[in-house]
Amino acid sequence: MSFSWAKPYEPKHPVMRWLDDRLPLPRIVYHATGPGYPVPRNLNLWWNFGVLAGIFLTIQIITGIVLAMHFYATADGAFNSVNQLIMRDVNAGWLLRYAHMNGASFFFIVVYIHIFRGLFYGSYKAPRELVWMLGLVIYLLMMATAFMGYVLPWGQMSYWGAQVITGFFSAFPLVGEPIRVWLLGGYAPDQAALTRFFSLHYLLPFVIAAVVILHIWALHIPGSGNPTGVDVKEEKDTLPFHPFYTAKDGWFAAAFLTLYAIVTFYAPDYLGHADNYIPANALSTPAHIVPEWYFWPFYAILRSFTADFILPAKLWGVLAMFTSILLLFFLPWLDKSPVRSGSYRPVFKRFFWLLVADVIVLGYVGGAEINPFNIALGQIAAAYYFLHFLVILPIVSAFETPDPLPNSISESVLHGEASEAAPAGQGKPRRGSVATAG
Amino acid sequence: MIRVISFVVGVVFAGVLLIAMIGNLSTYFTSPPAPLPAEEFHKEPKNLALASDGPFGSFKHNQAQLQRGFQVYSEVCSACHSLKLASFRELKGLGYNEAEIKKIASDWKTEVPSINSDTGEPATRKALPSDTFPAPFPNETAARAANNNALPPDLTLITKAREGGAAYVYSLLTGYQNQPAELLHEFPDAKTPPGLHYNPYFANLNIAMPPPLTSDGQVTYADGTKPTVDQMAQDVAAFLVWAGEPNLGNRHAAGLAVVVFLLFASVLAYLAYRQIWHEAKRVVRVTGPLDPENQAKTARAKAKAKIAG
Amino acid sequence: MATKSAEVSDQTGEGGIRRRDFLNIAPVAFAGVGTIAALAPLIVQMSPSADVLALATIEVDISKVQPGQGIKVSWRKQPVFVRNLTPKEIAAANAVPLDSLRDPQSLAQRTKPGKMNWLITLGVCTHLGCVPLGITEGENRGPYGGYFCPCHGSAYDTAARIRQGPAPLNLQVPDYEFKSPTIVEIGAAKK
Repeated sequence: MSFSWAKPYEPKHPVMRWLDDRLPLPRIVYHATGPGYPVPRNLNLWWNFGVLAGIFLTIQIITGIVLAMHFYATADGAFNSVNQLIMRDVNAGWLLRYAHMNGASFFFIVVYIHIFRGLFYGSYKAPRELVWMLGLVIYLLMMATAFMGYVLPWGQMSYWGAQVITGFFSAFPLVGEPIRVWLLGGYAPDQAALTRFFSLHYLLPFVIAAVVILHIWALHIPGSGNPTGVDVKEEKDTLPFHPFYTAKDGWFAAAFLTLYAIVTFYAPDYLGHADNYIPANALSTPAHIVPEWYFWPFYAILRSFTADFILPAKLWGVLAMFTSILLLFFLPWLDKSPVRSGSYRPVFKRFFWLLVADVIVLGYVGGAEINPFNIALGQIAAAYYFLHFLVILPIVSAFETPDPLPNSISESVLHGEASEAAPAGQGKPRRGSVATAG
Repeated sequence: MIRVISFVVGVVFAGVLLIAMIGNLSTYFTSPPAPLPAEEFHKEPKNLALASDGPFGSFKHNQAQLQRGFQVYSEVCSACHSLKLASFRELKGLGYNEAEIKKIASDWKTEVPSINSDTGEPATRKALPSDTFPAPFPNETAARAANNNALPPDLTLITKAREGGAAYVYSLLTGYQNQPAELLHEFPDAKTPPGLHYNPYFANLNIAMPPPLTSDGQVTYADGTKPTVDQMAQDVAAFLVWAGEPNLGNRHAAGLAVVVFLLFASVLAYLAYRQIWHEAKRVVRVTGPLDPENQAKTARAKAKAKIAG
Repeated sequence: MATKSAEVSDQTGEGGIRRRDFLNIAPVAFAGVGTIAALAPLIVQMSPSADVLALATIEVDISKVQPGQGIKVSWRKQPVFVRNLTPKEIAAANAVPLDSLRDPQSLAQRTKPGKMNWLITLGVCTHLGCVPLGITEGENRGPYGGYFCPCHGSAYDTAARIRQGPAPLNLQVPDYEFKSPTIVEIGAAKK
C-alpha cells in the first residue's frame, strides 16, 4: 500500500486470477498481511501484541457465540444456565466457559502491553494519530463489552458491579439519575438490564472487529512504526510481512497461547472473584465490591476523590475516571517532541517507567481493601497519573534534548544503533554491536 | 491551546486529590478508625491436602473419601443445606453404579415437588437419577423461618464461592471454640451475640450456623474409617470440591494434552522463525525483493567484493 | 522458498534443503492440527447435553384406560399414544399377512408378552413428524381403524403399522416396562 517496492500481487493460479478480477479480496490480504506489505526489519517483540490482540478477539467471539447457544438471559435462569447447564451438562461447556472468562483477561493483558508499547515508542505521533485514536475507541468498546459480559452470569459481583458502574451516571447533576434509570430499564439491575446487556454484549465485539479493520487500514497508509522511530527510507529498511513477520508472530502467539492454556486449564478462577459464584442477591452487598482486575486502575482513580471541593466527591471521581481515558485521545498534541521513540528520549524514558510503576500501583489500590493507607497511596498515584500526561509530558517534550537518532533503520540494524549516534565512522559500537535477529 | 487546557486540568485534579489526601490523613491521625476484632482475631484457613489438589489432581485417586464426604453431607448437612445445582446422576463420578444411584435418589428424605395427576393439586414424588438434589426447604422464607432468620447457603459451589475453598470449609467446621478471653478483654463490647457462635475462621468471627459436627461417630462410615470430627470435616470438604466441579479430572487431563501440544508447537515455530530470519539481517540487499535472481546477483556481488555472508 | 535461495544462503546439499522445508512445514502442520483439535469442543457442545440425555423416564397410570380407549402422554417432549386394544382390534391386526406390510412386524412383536392389548407407540408420524389423529375419542382413525395423519394422508392400522400413504415405517415403539399391572414406565433403560 505504501511503499513503491512492495511486491506486486500476481496470482498464478487461474482460480485466484478469476477471483481477483471480480473481487480484490486476495489482493487486499496479500498487501495487508502477505508478501506485499513491507514492514521495518527491526521490529522487536513488543510489536507482536497487535496480532495477538486480534487472536484473542477471535477466541472471544467464537467461544462467546457457542456459549450464547446455552445461556438463559433471565434473572432467574442466568446463574444456573452458566454454573449448572454450561459448566456441568453441556459437552465441553466447562472448557468454553473458562476459555471465554480467561480469554477476556488475556485480551486485556495483551491490549495493555500493546498500549504501553505505543506510549513508549511514540506510536501515537504523526502521521499515526488516527491509528492511536481508533485504538482508544477499540479500548473503550472492549471495556463496555467486558463490563456487560461480566454482568451476564448474574452472580453477586455481576449484580453489584452493574449497580456501582451504572451508579456513576447518577453523579451528574440533573441528567444523571434519568440516564441511569434509562440505561438499566429500571431502578436497579434486573431482567431488563440483563437482556439488554446480553444483546449489546453480543453486538459490540463485531463493532470492535469493524474498528479493528479501520485501525489496521489507517496503520497501513504510513506503514508500521519501528523501535527507532526513524521513518522507512528505502527497500533495505524493510522485509515483507510474509514470511518474516508471520513466522515471528506465529511462534510468539504459540508461546503466549501456552500461557493462556496453563491459566485456563490449571488456574481458571485465579483472575476472577469468588463472590461471583454466589447467586445475585439485591438485598445483600458483598463485603468488598471490586470489578475485574483490568478495571482496577480506573476504580482506584474513582475512589481516590474522597473530599468535596465545589463539586461533590462522587462527581470528581466520575469526572476524573472518564478524563483518565479521554486524555489519551489528546496525547499526540500533548507530547510534541519530533522524536518518536522513547529509546532516544532519556528524560521521557524515565517518566515512562514511572508511569508504568504508577499504573501498577493504581491497579493494586483498585483491588485492595479500603483503608486510609491504601486510599492515600491511591491519591498520590492518581495525582501522578494526571500530572504525567497533562503537565509533565508537555513540558518534557518541549524542553528535552533527545539522543541523536540513527540515520536509517537498516544502518541501525546492521551496525548496532549506538554506532549511528554520529555520522558513519565516528560512532562507537555498543558491546556486542551487531543487532541480533528478532 | 490544548496544552494550556491540559495543564489546568492536570493541576486541578492533582490539587483536588491533594485536598482529599490531606483530609484523609488528618482524619486518620486525629481520629484513627477503631480497630475491629475481626482484624486481629480472624484466622486464615488451615492447610488441607486433597487428592484433587495440584495440576495432576483427580477425583479418581480417592473416591473412598468422596463417598464418605457424601455420606456426611446426606446425613448431617442436607437437613439445612441444599445442593441444587448437582444431579443424582452425577454421583457416577463418586464410583456409584446406576442401581445404587437409583436407590440413593428414591431414598432421599426430601421428595421432588410435582402435581397430583388426577386433581392437579401440589404433591411430591420420589426423586429420580435425572433430578437435582431436592432442597430441604421449599423457599428462602421457609429456610429462614427454620434457622433463626439465617439462610443456610446452597453448598454446590461453596468451595468456589469462598476464599480458601476446601481449606476454608474444613477449618470452619473444625474451628468452633469459645470466645478467647483476650478478645473480650480488648473489645468488651464484642461478646458473641446470642444465637450466633464464635468461629475465628468466619469473616466476622460470629456465625449463625451452630457447630454441625459435634462429636466423633456422628456418622458411621460404610468403609469403616474412624469418623472423628476432623475426618468428617475433611471428607465433606473433599466432597464439596467435587460437587463444585465434577469435571476437574477432565480439565486437568485435557490441559496436559493442550499445554504439551502448544509447547511443542511453540518450539517448532520458533525454530522455523530462526531459520527464516537467518539471513535477513546479515546480508545487505543491494536492490530488489527477495526473489532468487536478485539473491544470486547479490551472492555474485558479494563474492566479487569479498564480503562474508 | 525456491531451491536456488536454499543453495545460496543455507548449507548446500540435500540435508540442508530438507531440514529447511521440515522446519517450515512442521509448525504449519501443528497449527493445522491444533485448529482442527480446537474445533472439536465447538462442534461437540451442540450435541445434546447431559441433562437432556439423562433419560427422563415417566410413569404412566393406565388403570383408567378402558379397552377401546387411549391416552396421550408427553415423554422427552414428544407425544406417546397408550392404547388398550379391544379383542376385535387385536384379531384385525393379527389377520394381516406380514408380507403385505411395508414395515413387516406382527402385533406380538410390538407389545409385551401377555399384554397384547396394550399398544404403546410414539405419536409421531414416521413421514415428516406430524402428530397423527385417532388417539382421542371422536378423532378420525383413518381407513384402517388405527391412526390417521392429516398432513399427507398416512394411515396406520390397529397395531399402528403403516398401511397407506407416504410414511415408511410403523409408529415407533419406545422402551417401556410394566412396573405393575397398572403402571407403565416409559423410557426405562433395558440394560
